Amino acid sequence: MTAGLRARGLRHAHIGPFDLDLPPGTCLAITGPSGSGKSLLLRMVADLDPHKGEAWLDGVGRSTLSGPDWRRRVVYAPAEPGWWLDRVGGHFPAPSPDAARLGLSPDIWDRAVAACSTGERARLALLRALGAGPAVLLLDEPTGALDHDTTLAVEALLAERMRAGLGLVLVTHDAAQAERMGTMRRRMAGGRLA
Amino acid sequence: MSAIVLQPGDLVTAAALLALDGALSVALGLGLHRVMLIATARLVVQLLLIGAVLRTVFRSESAAATLGILAVMTLVAIREGAARPRHRLARHGNYAVAGLAVGASTALAALLALTTALRPDPWWNPRYAIPVTGIVLGSAFGTASLTLDGVLGGAAAARAEIEARLALGHSFAAATGPLLADAIRRGLMPVLNQMAAAGLVTLPGTMTGQILAGSDPIEAVKYQILLMLLLAGASALAAIITARLAARRLTDGRQRLRLDRLATA
Repeated sequence: MTAGLRARGLRHAHIGPFDLDLPPGTCLAITGPSGSGKSLLLRMVADLDPHKGEAWLDGVGRSTLSGPDWRRRVVYAPAEPGWWLDRVGGHFPAPSPDAARLGLSPDIWDRAVAACSTGERARLALLRALGAGPAVLLLDEPTGALDHDTTLAVEALLAERMRAGLGLVLVTHDAAQAERMGTMRRRMAGGRLA
Repeated sequence: MSAIVLQPGDLVTAAALLALDGALSVALGLGLHRVMLIATARLVVQLLLIGAVLRTVFRSESAAATLGILAVMTLVAIREGAARPRHRLARHGNYAVAGLAVGASTALAALLALTTALRPDPWWNPRYAIPVTGIVLGSAFGTASLTLDGVLGGAAAARAEIEARLALGHSFAAATGPLLADAIRRGLMPVLNQMAAAGLVTLPGTMTGQILAGSDPIEAVKYQILLMLLLAGASALAAIITARLAARRLTDGRQRLRLDRLATA
């Protein structure tokens, strides 16, 4: 049994095939120009779009699990997170204890999502995804809307979770972030990983 | 109590009001007279034809002719119900969804009425079967098309909200539950309004017709209640079936949101 996330032959219209091997506690950082297929790759791993190929988590094949069972373990956090209720708190089973270290005010849970800034929403979406208790987190530009200090705070939180075994696939435009976070670094160009 | 029988001349007199509208339209340059003339002509011809057909079928008491008329009415209702929504499901999904929802709910309501409350002889007697089916169909197809529009348009508009939940491992049913409930509520709004306004804001059509035709108001009201219960029951059923079938066509075995199966009309 291979621990962590493994994927073979993930392929979709014009992108792929991709093979991934992500042991627990590691981070695959993917950089590359917009439109090169980075988000589509994450969506394929999360099984949100129809595609070819198979993936395994700790040796268990994705096709043997239901879609929701897979996505509870392999959680995708898109660059533009969606909110299905008006109030921030409704999206969380309980207020996240990590909110303060990301610079979020303690009254944010009672606020309307629409009243939060883009940067606040990006951090809330990250906490929401972490709160789901995933084995692997697929992050699409998690710090694109954040200032440098807050970005470092997010990275510190993620590094802490990685030490506890969380696997990370991190899509970022920021080469320095890929350098800091990536256990492995790949570049996407024209629907291929180099 | 006897009904006042209308003469052709009475109808021409009623049309005088429309002629006045037409004259106003010409004088004020509203450009309404053409559409109103066409709509009036169409209404008169359509209804006279239906009247003639119904008279023939009622006299013939033929099961085949009754079934034929019911089939045509149902097909027209399904076509209208499927065509109204702004989005189209792939592989003629709108027709499949509206067809099943409108067909099943109407058939159930009509059979219930014809075999219990009305009990004509034979049970499919066209004098009862055709008008009862017609009034239920009219309401069920309107509800189905509004509900379908709500589900399809709502899913397209709420893609980020739905996929946010799917990405966190929520089931497709949970992720789309609020959308379906909302679409069903919106679909039923006209029927609920009609029930609330009945008798207070307007006298409903069936009752008006029976009273004008000389019936006792209480007898007319009983018929109106019967029909209202049937069409409300059938419409709610049509809304629920529509929402569930449409949602099923927007997902797959992996519980993804499949907006690729949706096209804008």
